[in-house]
Parts: sequence; C-alpha cells; structure tokens
Amino acid sequence: MNQPKLNLSPKVSDEVRKTTCYMCACRCGINVHLKEGKVAYIEGNRDHPVNKGVLCAKGSAGIMQHNAPARLRAPLKRVGPRGSGAFEEISWDEAYQIAADWLTPIRESNPEKLAFFTGRDQSQSFTSLWAQAFGTPNYAAHGGFCSVNMAAAGIYTMGGAFWEFGQPDWDHTKLFMLFGVAEDHDSNPIKMGIGKIKGRGARVIGVNPIRTGYNAVADDWVGITPGTDGLFILSMIHCLMQAGRIDLHYLAQYTDAPVLVNGDEKSPEFGLYLRDEDGKQLVMDRVTKKLTPYDQPGVKPDLSATHRAKGVTHRPVFHKMAEMYLSEDYAPEAVAERCGLPANRIRAIASELARVAFEEAFELDHKWTDFRGETHDTMIGRPVSFHAMRGISAHANGFQTCRALHVLQIILGTVEVPGGFRFKPPYPKPATAHPRPHVGMTAGAPLNGPHLGFVHGPEDLALKEDGTPARIDKAFTWENPMSSHGLMHMVISNAHAGDPYKIDTLFMYMANMSWNSSMNTGGVMQMLTDKDENGEYVIPHIIYSDAYSSEMVAYADLILPDTTYLERHDCISLLDRPICEADAAADAIRWPVVEPDRNVKGFQSALCDLGAKLGLPGFVNEDGSQKYADYADYITNHERRPGIGPLAGWRMGESGLQSGRGAPNAGQIDNYIANGGFFAEHIPEGANYYKPWNRAYQDWAVKLGLYDSPQPYLFSLYVEPMRKFQLAAEGHGDRQPPEHLRARIKATMSPLPIWYETDQQGNEGFTINALTQRPMAMYHSWGSQNAWLRQLHGHNPLYLPTKLMRLHDLSDGDWARVTSPHGEITVPVMEMAALNENTVWTWNAIGKRKGAWALDKDAPEATRGFLLNHLIHELLPPKGDGLRWANSDPITGQAAWFDLKVRIEKTDAPRESRPEYPPIESPVPQAPDNLAWKVGK
Amino acid sequence: MHPAPSVIAFSTFSGLGFGLLFWLGFGVPAVSGWSAFAFFTIAYLLAVGGLISSTFHLGHPERALKAFTQWRSSWLSREGVCAVAALIVMAVHGAGLVFFDASWQPVGMLGALLSLGTVFTTAMIYTQLKTVPRWNLPLTPVYFLSLSLAGGALLAGQITWGIVLLIAAGAVQAATWLLGDKAFKQSGTDIASATQLGNIGQVRAFEPPHTGTNYLLREFVFQIGRKHAQKLRVIAMSLMIVLPVILLLLPFNHLLAALAVLAHVAGVLTSRWLFFAEAEHVVGLYYGKR
Amino acid sequence: MTTLPSATGKKLGLVIDLDTCVGCHACVISCKGWNTENYGAPLSDQDAYGSNPSGTFLNRVHSYEVQPAEGHAQLIHFPKSCLHCEDAPCVTVCPTGASYKRVEDGIVLVNESDCIGCGLCAWACPYGAREMDMEEKVMKKCTLCVDRIYNENLPEVDRTPTCVRTCPAGARHFGDLGDPDSDVSRLVAERGGVDLMPEQGTKPVNKYLPPRPKDTLPEIDVLAPFLEPVAQEPTGFLAWLDKALEKL
Repeated sequence: MNQPKLNLSPKVSDEVRKTTCYMCACRCGINVHLKEGKVAYIEGNRDHPVNKGVLCAKGSAGIMQHNAPARLRAPLKRVGPRGSGAFEEISWDEAYQIAADWLTPIRESNPEKLAFFTGRDQSQSFTSLWAQAFGTPNYAAHGGFCSVNMAAAGIYTMGGAFWEFGQPDWDHTKLFMLFGVAEDHDSNPIKMGIGKIKGRGARVIGVNPIRTGYNAVADDWVGITPGTDGLFILSMIHCLMQAGRIDLHYLAQYTDAPVLVNGDEKSPEFGLYLRDEDGKQLVMDRVTKKLTPYDQPGVKPDLSATHRAKGVTHRPVFHKMAEMYLSEDYAPEAVAERCGLPANRIRAIASELARVAFEEAFELDHKWTDFRGETHDTMIGRPVSFHAMRGISAHANGFQTCRALHVLQIILGTVEVPGGFRFKPPYPKPATAHPRPHVGMTAGAPLNGPHLGFVHGPEDLALKEDGTPARIDKAFTWENPMSSHGLMHMVISNAHAGDPYKIDTLFMYMANMSWNSSMNTGGVMQMLTDKDENGEYVIPHIIYSDAYSSEMVAYADLILPDTTYLERHDCISLLDRPICEADAAADAIRWPVVEPDRNVKGFQSALCDLGAKLGLPGFVNEDGSQKYADYADYITNHERRPGIGPLAGWRMGESGLQSGRGAPNAGQIDNYIANGGFFAEHIPEGANYYKPWNRAYQDWAVKLGLYDSPQPYLFSLYVEPMRKFQLAAEGHGDRQPPEHLRARIKATMSPLPIWYETDQQGNEGFTINALTQRPMAMYHSWGSQNAWLRQLHGHNPLYLPTKLMRLHDLSDGDWARVTSPHGEITVPVMEMAALNENTVWTWNAIGKRKGAWALDKDAPEATRGFLLNHLIHELLPPKGDGLRWANSDPITGQAAWFDLKVRIEKTDAPRESRPEYPPIESPVPQAPDNLAWKVGK
Repeated sequence: MHPAPSVIAFSTFSGLGFGLLFWLGFGVPAVSGWSAFAFFTIAYLLAVGGLISSTFHLGHPERALKAFTQWRSSWLSREGVCAVAALIVMAVHGAGLVFFDASWQPVGMLGALLSLGTVFTTAMIYTQLKTVPRWNLPLTPVYFLSLSLAGGALLAGQITWGIVLLIAAGAVQAATWLLGDKAFKQSGTDIASATQLGNIGQVRAFEPPHTGTNYLLREFVFQIGRKHAQKLRVIAMSLMIVLPVILLLLPFNHLLAALAVLAHVAGVLTSRWLFFAEAEHVVGLYYGKR
Repeated sequence: MTTLPSATGKKLGLVIDLDTCVGCHACVISCKGWNTENYGAPLSDQDAYGSNPSGTFLNRVHSYEVQPAEGHAQLIHFPKSCLHCEDAPCVTVCPTGASYKRVEDGIVLVNESDCIGCGLCAWACPYGAREMDMEEKVMKKCTLCVDRIYNENLPEVDRTPTCVRTCPAGARHFGDLGDPDSDVSRLVAERGGVDLMPEQGTKPVNKYLPPRPKDTLPEIDVLAPFLEPVAQEPTGFLAWLDKALEKL
C-alpha cells in the first residue's frame, strides 16, 4: 500500500502560557498555545484544581472571543442621543476627565448620587473597595438577580451553599440529587462529577421541569411544577422525620436542633435562642440534665428535653421541627397535586435518600477531634449529596426553598461528611463571621465599612435616620431585609422613579442592562433614555465598561473599553469568590498572555487610574500620587489586613516565601505564572471533613489566614435573625416595619423553612409557567460575538410540551404570541416531550438587538432569536396602593424571574420575532464575511 | 439530494452523447464524410460538454487527472477512464468515417461498448450508494442505459428503434419511481437504526447540532412536496417519452424530429432533476429529515 | 490508494457513552479549534457574523427525544463524527486516492492535496461524517487527531484526540478496538456498545454505549421498609425520639 507519509509529530506551538478562562464564571485553568505571538489554540490545564484539563465549548472557543470583531477599540464619548449608538473615539485622558468632572462634585457633596454596580465581575473585593473609598453606599454586583437566595440561605443555615461554597464528595457519593440546575453553573466540575459518579453506576436524580443537560443524563427525572420545589422538599422532610430516618447524633452534636428556644410568648425574646451571658446557645445536657452551653466539653446535647423556668417551658428547635413538619400539611398526598408529582414518587425518592444515607453509610479511617475536644477514630460517611442553583432560587419563595434543601441535607447528616456535601475554603463561614452591611456615608470620605453583608436583626438594616432606604436598590430594608447581594435589578428602575432618591451617575461594568440582564428590557431602555421636564436625562450620567459592543454600550454616555480575558490581569481571590476545592484552598490569576492591539485597558486598571485622579483614599499615596500603577500592582501590593492580600500564594515571610499570610512579594505574579496561573494549598488528611467542628481544620484555616481565630459553630436549622424580624413585625423593638409590610414579614420570615405560594395577583388568566435556561455552550450574552459558538445557538425557539402543542394546534416552526401580565412577544415554537406539561421555556440571551455585537442586522439572533425578559417586570402588577412592589423574594430581594406565568396563542408567522426594535449604530466596524483562522503557517 | 444543475446537465447530456456514440459505433446511421462529421460533432458536444459541466461541481478541477488512478475501486474513476477510452476509440472510428470514408467496424463496436460502459459507470456511481436507497437498486443502471440508448436512437434518427426504446425507457422510468418510492423503507435504515435508541421507545430528532445550516444539509437534505413531485413526474414522462413517441409516429418531418429531441431532452432534464431531488440520503435521519 | 487494507494493525477509534454525554458541545469546539490550527486546511466559516452562518465541523452533537411506551420521554445527546469504518465506503468511492484508510491503525483520512472536491465520499458516508470546506474546497473529516496521538511534542498523557481530552463528563474514550483486552474494548463488552446503522455494512470502529435504563426508581407504598413511620403525631414522635436517643 502506498499511503502518504504524514508528519505525526508536528510542532504544536511556540509557547504555552497558562492563565484562567473567563468564558463563564467557572474559572478553569487554560493552556493558551501561541504561534508567532498569536493565540493559536486553547485547551484545559491538567494541573488546575477546577477543571483538571477538561474544557467546555465556551472555553475552547476562547480564540474566537479574543479576536471577535465586536471588541471595543478605544474609549467612547456619546455624540448622538442616548440609545442611538452614535459615539466618537476619545483618549483615555479625556475619558478620565469626563468621569472626574461628573464624579468629583458628587463625592464632595453627596456620594450616594453615584450608583456603582458590576455584573459578571470577578473582582468584587476590588470594585467594592473602590466604591467604599468613593464613599457611596450604592454598590453591589449581580448576585441579587442571580442566586442570592441560594447563597444567603446556605450561609445563614450552614455557613455556605453550593458552587464556590462547596461541592458534593464526588469520590464517595452514591446518590446525587440536583435541583434546578440549568447546565451552566459550576459548569465543568459538575460535568466531571456527574461523569465520575456515572462511571461508578451511582444514581443521579434530577429535579427540573425541563429534561435537558444534566437532567437528561439523570437516572431519574422529576419534572416538577416550577416554584414548588420547597413543598416537595418539605414533604420529603416530613416522610424522613416520620420514619425516624434522620441522623440524630449529627443533629444533636453539630446543629442547633437541641438549642432551646425561648417559649415565653410575652417576652421580647420569644422565639429566640436561650443563651448564656457570653451569648452562647444553650442546650440541655442528656448526662447532667442541665442547661449547658452548646460547646462545653463533654456535653451531650439533648434533642428532646425541654427546660422549664418561671412557669414557661422552653423547647428545643427540634421540637418545633417535629411540630411543623410532621403535620399532615406536608404529607405527600397533601402536596402532590401542587408539585405536579404523584405522592408515591415523593415517597420513593425520600425512601431512596433514606436507604442510601443510612443503609450505605460507611466510615473513613480518619481520626479527628471535634470542637468540644472529643476525639473520633473514624469519620462516618453518608453518601447522599445535593446540588442546586437558580431553578429553585429565582422565585419569590426561593430563599425558604433553598433553606428547606439545606435542612434536608442536614437532617440526613450529609453535610461535611464523607460522601455528602463538602465546603470549599474559605467556607464554612457562618453568617456571623461575615461583615454586616454598611451605609455610613460622609461627603468626601470613604464609607464606614463594606457595603454588603449579613444582617442579624432589624438593627442591621440599611435605613436612613428617617427610616427610608439608604441604598438606591433598597437592599437591607423591610421590603427585603436579608438582601446580602443587593438588588442590581432594581437600580435603574428605582433611580428612574427617584424612589428612594434620584442619582446623578450610574456606573456599571459588564452588565447588559439594556438587554438580557434586565427584566422588562423595553422598560429599562426607556428609563435609560427618559428625559425630565428640563429636557435632561432622568439618569443624568451613565458610565459603562465592557470589552464588547453589547446592547448596553448604546445607552451610556462614556465607555471605558475593557480588554479581553487574555489581555488582562485578574486575581480570583480568597477575599472574593476563589477557586478552592473541598480538599484545598486555591486562588488564581489572569495575566496578559497577549498584549491588547487596541486602545483598551483592563477595567480594574482603569479604576486604579480613576481612583487616583479622584484622590480616593487607598488609591493615592500620601503625596497624592497614584498608588497602584495598574491592577497587577494592586494585586501584588494591596493588603486587606496585615499579611493578607488578594493572593494567598507565595507571600513573603521572614524566612522566604510562604502560603496564606505574609508580606507582599514583588515577584508574586511571576510565581503564579511559573505555577500555571494558580496556587493551591491542600487540607491535611483528618482535617478535610467535618470542617465546621474539626479542630485540625479550624487551626489550618487560621494558619492560612482564612480566619483570625477558630470559629466552630452549629448549623442553623432555625435562623434566629428571621425570628427577630418577625418579632419586630409583631411590635417588638424600636425599629418597626411600615404597616403595609408587617403581615408579609410575619408570614414569610419563618425561622424554620416554609413554603408559600408566590404573589399571584395579576396572574389571572395566565396559567403556563415560562422559564429560561442557559445553554452549556453560551454564557449570558457572551457567545453571539463568537463565530463558532453562534453557529451552535444562533436563534432560540420557545419549547412547548406536547400537550400544549396539541392544545394550541401548533407544529414545529409555527409561531405563537406569548403574553404575560406585563407584555407580549411573538416567537417560533418547537415541541419538547421531556418537559413539564404546563411549562414552556427557551434558551436565555440568544436573542440580540440589531446592530449590537458586530453582527449583521439580519442575523438570526435578531430576526428569530428573542428574549423572554420582555414578559417579566421588575415590579409586581400594581396593587392600587400606589406602592412599587418589587418582583423579588421578600426576604432577600432575589429577582423572581422564574415566577413568570404566560398565555399562548397560535399566530401567523410575522416577518421577525417580536417585539422588533430598530437597529443601534455599531460603534465597531463591520465584521468580515468569512473566516479561515490559522495563525501558524 | 440537492439537485445540482451541473450534475443534472452532465448526466443528461453525456448520457445522450454517449447514447448517440453507441449507435454511431454500430454504424447507425451509416454516415460518412460531412454528415458523419455532423453526427460526431453533436455526439462529442453532448458527451464532452456533459463531462466538462460535471467538473463545475469539483472543488479542484485542476487535479482532475488524479481521478483516473483509482479504477480498481472507484466507479467515478472508472467512469473517467471509460469516458476517455470511449471518446478516443470513437474518435478513431469517427476519423475513419469522416476522413477516410471507412467504417472500421471492430473499432466502432469497441467504441460503442465503451460508450455504453461510460453510461453504465455513471449509473453505478449512484447505484453503489447504499446511503441513498432510491438509487441503490438494480434498476438504476437500467434507467440510465435505457434513456441513453433511447435518446441516442432519437438523435441518430432511428424512428422504430426510437419508439421502441422510448417506450421501454418509459416503462423503466415508471418502475424506478414505483420501486424507488418504497426503497427507503425497505432499506431497513431508519432513525432507530441510525441512533440505536429504538429499543427505548419512539425516537424523534430534537435540537439539531447547530441552529444554522451546513454542508450536509445543503448537499443531502432536499425536500420536495409529494404533490409537486407527482406533477413533475407527469411532465417528465410526457416530455421525455409520450411527446417524442407521438411525434415520431407522425409522418417524418425534420421539424417534428427536432421537436421530439428537444422535448426528450427537456423531459430527461426533468427526470434527472427528480432523480436527485427525490433521492433521500440516510444522513437526513440524523437531522430528523424524512 | 482507495482500496481498503485487508487488515489494519490496530483499530483506533472512539467509544461514546450516551449515558453520560450531557450535550455540552465541548468536543465540537475543541475539535474545531485543534483542526483549524492543525492537519490540513483550517476549518472555515462562511458568513461568520452574518445572517446565515455556516462552517466546517468534524464533530457535531445531535439530540434525540425518545418516548418509551410507558413513562417520561427521555432526551439523549448524541455526538457524531467519523466512525473510521472497517468497510469504509467513503474510501472506495474516491476517484483520486485522496481518501484512504491507514494500514497501521485504521484511521480514515483525506490527503487534501489529492482531493478534487467531488464530494462523492460524503455521499457514500451514511453518518454525515465528511464536510466539504467551502473555503479550501477539499473534503474535511475527523482525523482521530492523528497529529496528536503519536505527537512527540506533546506529553504522553495528551496523546489522545482533543475531543477526548476536553470532554468534561468523560463520555468519550479512545483506544484500540481491535484489541479485545483494551480498556475501550472492555467497556464496549461491559456496557453493550453498539454500531450505528449496522445494516449499512460499514462495520464502524467507533462504538456507542447505550443509555442505562432511566426512571427505574420504584414507586412504593407508605409502609415501605425505609419509610415505615415511627409515629404519626408529634407527641408520638417525641416519645420515639427519647428512646432513640437512649440508644445512641
């Protein structure tokens, strides 16, 4: 045979540079192969703790993101009307001068007039520091419309939630149950984990109205009715408690189940924990039968015993749970119809949880000592684990639902045990170890502390002296007291309405608010362009930073062009949302593996410049000169506390480089680069489970600088701060809620998880649930500017279940008018059988505005693609009381976009999907027609 | 399959051209000198023109010579070899007739067989494809050959042969449609075999791999309405067979003969368009097209 | 040479686990990236930012819905690339010899400098594994990363097709399916790996592992062993609790 001789060992590249991906928020390590100084190929970094070599579609398409024609090229000044897209390119000096001319007077007079909000920002510890130095209370990132319900519920309950907070013990778990996870969050680790447990033949149960992605490979699919997950979970808790299939030892030792609750109905502390004079929670000791602090060595907390004093019986939390959850209200038969599940299926799943948790329990031979000083020879494993994200959190009952899920994990004894759910450093970290929100503002001076945090009662609310909200987004007010991530989705709406006050400058980063990142997209566009009686814009100044020609660019007055992720410095810091694994503390950097070929600058470097120009404390030296030349300088030299900086690796100790604590090291970034762009410090064996109570872990965490002292704590099945808000609503205390919120606070702020139907007023006649999911190959709006990814998802149909297709006489490719109480869209439909029979859905953020992202005006993203956002309002329908009720969770303010209900009618195919918007002028040149991308010749 | 004009033109015209060469090889009509030159010119224009048009769909026609190398396995290569051989041999035969007024019969017969062989190899390019069940039938070469012979007879002015062969070709055409309509089903290839998921239940294509189109969809997935196809079949049969036969049955007249040829060519073009447009490639199953 | 080798030294191929593939398209894009930069012409894209974008891909992920006679419909993600068939019809139809099957490992390749772009090989392939590149006008197909799997410039662990290296769920496996003792052959035997369109007679080397049975959790009645109530009422429960705590 004569076959061609091939070169089987071609040179792969000239050089490999290792950095961190930013095609989504997963933060995988990547190897960027360069040829002749250009990016030739990107693959996963095998050594990296997050992705261990694998890489998703988005990450692998990074080369097309880095070279996308939609990249902005220089700072831009608006020259046409806002929203038109007409800009001229200006210098950085001019851009900074414009910004300073707006911001300096605000800072000197009333810093709250600046609202600084960031979107998919991975530098929140830095951007918040800047906002704090500026002095405005108005700062937050996108957590409020993303998943604050999940995060806050996790932290209040057990000191952490899913994703960056923790992960299943993939190596030991035998039953993995995931709720409402739409393909993308913690993208590669979840896929790797599912692959791992599937390889072992372990069972995966997926709870999601839509059977795609992870739910498609799940062994069992629970196509639940949206918004009823909490009810389903509480019903399983009912079954498990009724059968005694709960981990009593775990509950007694590590949770507040035995903690006594004040039973004196007349007391202002009714329903609060009994505490000793040091503030320690009190339990009854089974041995001494005495009231004892929970952490006393040798104490055997009693789940059952009550304490009687002064004629009042104080009962433990566990009594309250029994009373609540054993009620027939939570019996499977009672909830089945609302959940859209047969009662027996609920039982079957509860039974499987019980079987695996208790019949397949195992032990690891790891000796450890708990916080009470008791040494255990082994670690008991309960191989049941959970993961959940926005599907359960983006509802107005999401906080309580997420709480219910955490409580379910805890009563099974599966948190922080082998086979269960494991925290990733710096978690576990209870709510009490986090800051409280700060809004203490002084003109010309920094804010009195961090903006965001965790409230522990009415005293921590962010209210002005007159009781009105201190923050533009009304975070930490009676409307949503525990809004730990702020309410980014309310900023523009509130600023436009002047409720609670007007602002002067809106400064945003990486948040496509005039398109897919807002509810009520059309309304937001109008608010951004609306003028007052003097012909001035209602929101006078808008500064925006983005790397790409997104829809939001057109709605800003000044654009600070960001770099691509391959051209910038970043730190994925332990002060922020690090890349830790359950067995290791880890952080990472990005660094310019290629230099920008445009007049652009990493946004954080621009903030260093602008901060210095404004003279912000912390951004200037004593002589007034600029403190940080750029973000890399900040990353290397900033110290948050003495010895603690943005990066934990290779810090300068007295006898050389060391991990965790240490002085700044000028060569730190080079050390990271040499190590592949990340740092990881492994948790010693014996310290890596039972972390909240494990002395070895606590000591290790202190040594590394995660805490300054050991912080053992009990899990909070019962969230005492919620009870404090209820007490206020019942009339106790000085800080009182407004009358119109009193009843709602009493009803929703139950300290034990409950389920309630979300506000249905205005939904009459709208009976179909409408959801979105993010495809695994796209991330928010990112992807359409990517020539490879947009071929995968260039337009999006509305998927309808078979029953609704038949009912409305629809076939694939037909068009339907979809109406909600708020709006109407006309879109193409497609049938999907593996779907809850009363739910429709589509892929999120595929629809694009004409003229954005350097796409052709006839791009399918604009002509057939669509957003469901047009149907969702940031406010609930008016109740006739003149008040603006946010479409948000009443506890955390999480945007409740999954509460959407719609109606569907068949219609003739329009020219394009509706609503149609006129094209915006593109600030970047026309993209090329064809690509044949090969950098090495 | 996508009905590419270049391939339709190629197979129609080269079929006719080689069909005419077949008759000329057997000395029918017995021509020499200028009239032989005229017949041979027509035949070569059709055959070579068809072959040239077939190169229009090649990505790299400049490498076409390489296509003669794989005659041991490839019907496309064999077609090339056969066509060139036929054209060379028939050129020798033609030269004899035109310039020497000599009919070198063995050469002519060899050329005739090679011409027919060329049509057969063309047909086999399609016939061999198990991926297109409508083509993967023994009738496919019969369809190509019968039309080539009938068209050749028509061009060669052979009224009787013409009528007989046209009717035969018409019958073959009808049979290809009849059997072709059942072929996909009978091939045993369906979405269940394509995905091997049929043992779980009823399989339906859900989201395509890409929302846009691709080479496979453009090349292999062409959908034609059943009614439209029936109409075109009637048109093809009428133009290709019925009308020429009627015209041939009328008293001979050059105008009518020319009309018969034109009708036939138009009919064959229609038939060939349908040959491609109605053919379904099994890959369409993966895209839920069938 | 377009006649097929009578036997190949190895039968290198992929095993794709339909039970595990989550449909993320990582393999699709990783393949696009590697093969744009490596073997032969780059994989081009037409109208890349326009109204009808379309490009050359050597691997695409389909999805199918399957409705069992009883129970919920299932969704199955289905990656598909060249199956490197033993009886590869795409090879024998090639008129120029550009298409060939390697004797040493059975990889089916296109020698692009010999390809005339006639497209017949794509016609002959039942799986849609070959795509004509519209820029270079030659036939492109999966090379099984022949320029990776033996590449001495790559660390040994990376000498695997890029789609396999990148697959986050580990749903793709690479190896010698001609060796019954190889990991991939064992996996196929264990999980009942199948050929696509066996009736086409192509004898694909790549195998597909079928999805495991779904929705098998039995629905049980109230008194099932794991959920037998210890008490119906809170008071009864607390009495049980006391006893249970005694035993701890």
